[in-house]
Amino acid sequence: MARLKLNKLEEYLSSVDGFEKPKILLEQYPTPPHIAACMVHHIQTQHEDIEGKLVGDLGCGCGMLSIASHLLGADLTIGFEIDGDAIDVFRGNIDDMELPNVDCVRTDVLQLQTEGIGRWGKVFDTIVMNPPFGTKHNAGIDMQFLEVGLALASGAVYSLHKTSTRDYIQKRCHKWNVKGKVVAELRYNLDASYKFHKHKSKDIEVDLWRFVHGDETI
Amino acid sequence: MKLSTYNFLTSMAIKGVKVGYPLKLTINKKDVVETEFNPTFVERLLPKLDWSAVYGAAQVAELADDIPAVQPENIAENELLLQKLHHLLFEVDVIEGQLECPETGRVFPIADGIPNMLLNEDEV
Repeated sequence: MARLKLNKLEEYLSSVDGFEKPKILLEQYPTPPHIAACMVHHIQTQHEDIEGKLVGDLGCGCGMLSIASHLLGADLTIGFEIDGDAIDVFRGNIDDMELPNVDCVRTDVLQLQTEGIGRWGKVFDTIVMNPPFGTKHNAGIDMQFLEVGLALASGAVYSLHKTSTRDYIQKRCHKWNVKGKVVAELRYNLDASYKFHKHKSKDIEVDLWRFVHGDETI
Repeated sequence: MKLSTYNFLTSMAIKGVKVGYPLKLTINKKDVVETEFNPTFVERLLPKLDWSAVYGAAQVAELADDIPAVQPENIAENELLLQKLHHLLFEVDVIEGQLECPETGRVFPIADGIPNMLLNEDEV
């Protein structure tokens, strides 16, 4: 069960502000309200991994997934983001919508990976993320985000990845002793956020994955 | 920044730092926001927290009278304490302040409610 219907959730999320000036190197594509609503609604209704949970959002940007999680009843959501401008918008969204249970830390998610997870290991019930897809001279960054997500989660990790990388991700799961499953296929409509996008908007096929640690059943 | 979030932050990513915990907290400005009390959630979070850092945060937030210095047993049965922990961990929002690495003295500023844990390349 979810406390909001899908269309209501999407309606609320449509008032979330996005990036003012998206940064290409950080692959700041906003998560569209429709995608965020479908993703988080699915996570709650099919797996009950949002309501009453401690949720982490890696590379939270302007907070779309954090806010969606909060609206579906997460007890506390903590977003992690490297970019100060995105965080300013995130904070503005939290204040405008008066969301009391959403927190944010400015940090480099990859630094968490390379320098040790510190005290964050297995802290979160659920991790949600829309990682950079790794198409801008940073190949593999989505896998690095995923590795951090798995270290931070005691429960499931939900993440969006390009459908074209499906086989590769499955192999990685095997290597990491992680169980991964595509739970939804989405069409990610990228508005022409950057100047080099020639077409007005373009659909990209994206998978919503659910990952759990190897000793659990998916 | 909620004080629950504070409990998990370290400066371990700084080169040469071994523990980097707990960070020395200074609060210059704070807000209090009311949130729904869910005793089960507080209870489930407790084993993940470091009690001495919880107590340290309570002292800085001027709520030390509410929180015992040593973690009592059977907190689950003590609803009043769970409520006080809920208030300390989820309702106090640090707006302006800083976190200081106990080993190097490196300061991480907290501005507009966001702790900035980013390090420069030469620090990692």
